[in-house]
This record gives sequence, C-alpha cells and structure tokens, in this order.
Amino acid sequence: MRKYDFDVIVLGGGPAGLTAGIYLSRARVDTAILNEGTVGGQTVLTHEIANYPGVENINGYQLARIMKNQAIRFGCTVRSNIKVTGLALTGSLKKIEINNKETYTAKAVIIASGGRSRTLNVPGEEKFKGHGISYCATCDGDFFTDQNIIVVGGGNSALEEAVALTKYAKSVTVVHQFDHFQAFPHAVKEAKENPKINFIMESEIIEFLGSDKLESVKIIDKKTGNVSTMKIDGVFILIGYVPNTEIFKEIIELNEKNEIIVDENLKTNIDGVYAAGDSIQKKYRQITTAVADGTIAALNTIEYLNKQKQEPVEV
Amino acid sequence: MLQTNLTHITSEEQFNEILQNNENVMICCGRMGPMCVPVYEIMEELENEYTHVKFADMEFDIPAAHVIRNLPECRSFTGLPFTVYYKNGKVVKATSSIQNMEQVTSILDSEFGKNE
Repeated sequence: MRKYDFDVIVLGGGPAGLTAGIYLSRARVDTAILNEGTVGGQTVLTHEIANYPGVENINGYQLARIMKNQAIRFGCTVRSNIKVTGLALTGSLKKIEINNKETYTAKAVIIASGGRSRTLNVPGEEKFKGHGISYCATCDGDFFTDQNIIVVGGGNSALEEAVALTKYAKSVTVVHQFDHFQAFPHAVKEAKENPKINFIMESEIIEFLGSDKLESVKIIDKKTGNVSTMKIDGVFILIGYVPNTEIFKEIIELNEKNEIIVDENLKTNIDGVYAAGDSIQKKYRQITTAVADGTIAALNTIEYLNKQKQEPVEV
Repeated sequence: MLQTNLTHITSEEQFNEILQNNENVMICCGRMGPMCVPVYEIMEELENEYTHVKFADMEFDIPAAHVIRNLPECRSFTGLPFTVYYKNGKVVKATSSIQNMEQVTSILDSEFGKNE
C-alpha cells in the first residue's frame, strides 16, 4: 500500500473543496484534494452560470477548470475519480484509504463531498438510463424531437426544464408526487401557461418498461392507489439532489436528511474534521455559498493546525 | 473542438486510421455537456494506466460523427455521450450517457484486459 502524507486532505473537488484547496495551498499548507467523481462536482452540470459575481457568463465546466488550475498553481494536489475505501478520522492523525491501494494521512480533513442527482430507484431505471431516461434536459432534449415525454419533479429545475423541453417534444407531461409545486410561482405560471405541458399530480412512476428502449411507464395515483400504464418515448428525472455522505454515516454526525451537522466554524463533531458545501446542513445551495463555505472551512482548519503546533506533544 | 486533453477525431479518415493502427480503442462522442465531461475526464485519467488502449474523443455535431451516431449498437441511445469500444476495428461494447470510473474500467478490463 503506497502512503502519502499531507497537512490537510479535502474530500471532494466541487467549488467548496476547490476553494478550500486554493486557500490552504496559498497559505503553504500541504493539501490534497481527493475527489470521487469529476472535479467541479455539480457545477459541471450547469450549462450557463450567469450569477457568479465577477464572471458575466461561463459554463460550469469552464469555471470548475479555472478553480482546479488555481488550486494546482498554488501547489495543491488534486486527484479525481478515486474511490474512498477506508476512513479513520477520529484520531489526531486522519487516515484515508483510496482504491484499496493507497493511504493518505493528514492532521485535518475537510469534507466537501457535495451531492448528486436523486434517482427514483424503481425497476427499470438503471436499464433505460440513456435509452429513454435522462437526467439532463439540455444534453438530451433534441433526441426527443416530436416525441411524447415525461418530466418527473415539481421544483424549479423540473418546471424550467419542462418548459425548455417543449422546444423539442410534441408533449411534456409533468408527473409530481404532491398536489402542489415547490418551484417559485413564476416557474409554475410559465409551465401552466404552456399549451404543450400537462400535469399528473399526486402520482409517482413505479416502473419503467420496454425492450431495448423505454416504451412505457407504470404510474400510481397516490390518492386512489390505482396503477395505470402510459406509453412514453422519454422521461427526464429532475427531483433534486442527495448529499454524498453515506461513507461518513457511522463516523460523522448527520441530520435526518443525511446532511453533515456543523457548527458556525463548519467544524463537525470530530476534532480536526470540518465540512463545507452541499453536503452540510443548510438552506441555500449555490456555487457562491459553497465557495464561502470552502473559505470558512479552510481558514478554520489553518487556525486548528496552528493551535495543534502550539500544544505540547504527548510522549 | 472539444476542450479535453484527449486525441480529437475530426474526420472519417482519422477515425479509420485510429481503428487500423490500434487494437483497442475507446471513443467518446459527445459535447462539452454535464454528462459528457465526466467521461472525458475519466479517459484522461486512464490514458497513462491503460497504455494498450487508444483513447479519443469526437464532437457529436460534426458531420464525421455519423460513424458513431449511425452505429447499429447506438440505435436505441438517447443520452450523450455515445461511448464506443473497438477491438481490431470491430465494436465490442457501446454505452449511452454518463458512466463512472468503475463502469468504464470494468468494460476496459473485460474487453481489452488489464495492462501488464
């Protein structure tokens, strides 16, 4: 097993993790960012970012690349597409095993593991991913030109994408589990006024059916319990995000939504372990809030490391 | 041109040349979108490890991309990117939409074997 020693390990390479990496490395703290997916996290899912201060228009991938290069220029090590296979965070020396073959140690850890698209977790979903089921309207909308599609969800993303998909599709049916939408009123109004959009409320898809390609879905009416089958060409699932915190469950204190509980300094229940970004308990999840979290977590981690240096070493 | 560090296939001639000169080839055909970028990044990461595989990308919207878009193996695909694996010029596997590192390495290992 190969071994690498750092002052700080940042788990996650989205805006929060990259910002922490930038601040720590610039402060000459030896830092490694270990990222399970693509560097940039959820940011790369955004085609156009128009509200990131200081940058008029940029896509998520470009912004993430700039942040990554900034971190690397300050001396930060960035590893992406790794798999965390072991964690020991409670001692004064934190250990993280990756890919079952490398161990990283550090005096402090910042968890910035972010979130991922929520899936329905019903039969057929995995089989028809890319064969009728999509999680990105902007990417795959044109495959459904003049076809009938469903958008699952009732938040801003779902309704905004439903409207966007009417540019391609013959019809868009929004299937939502509640009798009301969580989206902002203007998004609801725009969707309701679009003649191509229909709504099936208080209902859920319970199965995807087809041979090589998605052909129909089974929908349950939550009020009556009736199950019906609907022929469909495509389904876009836009039902929000879940925090990537499964691997911390037994170690870090989480709330009922599996978000990491932190104090005002973004410290977790474990000394020397901080958390930032979409994986923590908070109301607003934006790139700007993730960047702010990354900054706060990094500065508090530096303070923690400085205090550790001053404390007498146990012999 | 896709903003990656991979070999970019921009013509049918280049595509044929790559298939002729390499036993194992992985081509990711997409755009710079959220489902495509993670796959390019995985390929960039694996390029040094899987030296017996030629990794390349191709823009989905260029005319030459018909060599991927019109493959029978991609007929049911409705999600970008279209990723196609070739052995001795023949398609051995094709996937639609985003894939993670485990999924990609599992295909590479089973179709092309691990690098010795």
